[in-house]
Amino acid sequence: MSTQSNVVSESSLGSQGAAVAAIPVTRLMYWSIRRELWENRAIYVATVAVAAVFLFGFSIGTVLWLAGIHSVPWLDPTQPESLRKPYEFAEDLIMAAALIVAMFYSVDALYAERRDRSILFWKSLPVSDLTVVLSKASIPIVILPLLAFAIAVVTQWMMLLISSAALLISGRSVSALWSQLSIFEMWLMLFFHFLCIHGLWQSPIYAWLLLVSGWARRAPILWAVLPPLAIGFGEKVAFNTTHFGSLIGNRFTGGSEGAAIMEQGRAMGPSTILTPAHFLINPGLWISLAFTVAFLAAAIRIRRYRGPI
Amino acid sequence: MACIEARGLRKEFGTTIALDGIDLCVEEGRILGLIGPNGAGKTTALNTILGLLPYQGQLQVLGRDPWTQRNQLMRDVSFIADVAVLPRWIKVWQVLDYVAGVHPRFDRAKAESFLAKTSIGPTRKVRELSKGMVTQLHLALVMAIDARLLVLDEPTLGLDILYRKQFYDSLLNDYFDRCRTVIVTTHQVEEIQNVITDLMFINRGRIVLSCSMDEIESRFLEVMVHPDHLAIARALKPIHERQLLGRSVLTFDGIDRQQAAELGDGRTPGIADLFVAVIEAQGASR
Repeated sequence: MSTQSNVVSESSLGSQGAAVAAIPVTRLMYWSIRRELWENRAIYVATVAVAAVFLFGFSIGTVLWLAGIHSVPWLDPTQPESLRKPYEFAEDLIMAAALIVAMFYSVDALYAERRDRSILFWKSLPVSDLTVVLSKASIPIVILPLLAFAIAVVTQWMMLLISSAALLISGRSVSALWSQLSIFEMWLMLFFHFLCIHGLWQSPIYAWLLLVSGWARRAPILWAVLPPLAIGFGEKVAFNTTHFGSLIGNRFTGGSEGAAIMEQGRAMGPSTILTPAHFLINPGLWISLAFTVAFLAAAIRIRRYRGPI
Repeated sequence: MACIEARGLRKEFGTTIALDGIDLCVEEGRILGLIGPNGAGKTTALNTILGLLPYQGQLQVLGRDPWTQRNQLMRDVSFIADVAVLPRWIKVWQVLDYVAGVHPRFDRAKAESFLAKTSIGPTRKVRELSKGMVTQLHLALVMAIDARLLVLDEPTLGLDILYRKQFYDSLLNDYFDRCRTVIVTTHQVEEIQNVITDLMFINRGRIVLSCSMDEIESRFLEVMVHPDHLAIARALKPIHERQLLGRSVLTFDGIDRQQAAELGDGRTPGIADLFVAVIEAQGASR
């Protein structure tokens, strides 16, 4: 429970006017992020639940295969190309769960504290708006991708164990499965994907949602969704183009570049994707990051002026 | 040293003037009661002092500008806002951990010993606590912060008499010392009568009375005037007149005590009566 002994308690004796050392930013950040995880347990509960349901379905499929009730392609040695399918499916599912959880978190993060008036309590403590907003932004941009990666790794590892056990029980060899799957390369790619696509590429989405949640007096979801939608349709009827729409859409999908990298990686192994230059020289990434910084700066400034609603 | 110093402090919300050029000076080590009707500007004044609102005019709190230097200031200032603001989802041990983690002047042991006297267990959630217990928890947190300025905005709102009494007893006995400054606003003026050292009345964004409690005793006198002397008494320019049990009670600001004794029974007015007298007198003069 209490991991932090209070190191400053002795200074409380006759410390009037005495300068108390400021708490380091890293510690403020650490406690702010812990606070977010206390409040929003859905961040890990929902993601783990999705993985657990998937794993349960996978187990049932495997048991049915063992019982000879139906065949599953990924355990069929004559179809090596389908070996990876359930693992990629698990990845996609956990990524989708992480994306949804992150969006719901972001659109509520700076709104909930104003709605329940607890902003007055948080503002009574020496934690700056900068720290608060950055700690909230770090949840969808850093914490959730890492968490989702860890959950995906555990899920895939358990899938591998379940498949291996099933193969061994039915008297088949597991070597084909293990050699074809190259699970560690898969994880490396997955890590890269979560870090770059979920962390960096999608960051303007979360930053925008945070900004709206800090600004809106009511219905932040509407304010977050409707203006971009209106702009997209306005552009369509005005110029018959869809630049804005594809700009937004690309943030979700990782863009054509991101998708290509992912597909290439899946097809050709990690050596292709692990050349960060491909990713880093992409102007789309830098435009993304510029928007993220601008949205977060605005969110920090707005929180300074905002009180309970 | 002055804890709070304001000159021409102004705050407008659109066309509404919430603070109309306030001058004030609160010395260190005082307990100031800020009293005013609803919408008088009390909370606005406190919010500018706490750096929650930008303002016009000059304001220094503990030698800092509260708007531009808020982050540094909040290490030395703590406050309880006028509503239950502890987040409802948080558990008692979590809020203790968090404040201990982020506040350089928080003494966790002190907060725990205070909570040990209550029935608030560490695993309880705020949403499970009664209103009185939430206030106790918040007070335990605030009293364990070695702050130089404590701001309490209606801290006992909605509490029963037992909790209210306990609140101010704890504040005086366990928290207050001559080096701290406390500002408190409340509508329950009687219960802070014996707590505060200084009194300030605020109405329509202006300070209408500011003096120490000692000054009040020497300055103000409430006289239950004998009907025969009523005309003489009225000629002495009372600031207020009211009826009590069929007799006229006149409130004077700075009257000769001997002269007053001839008119009837005199006594120092309570804060509530003085408040009504001053506010109504101000209303009449407009």
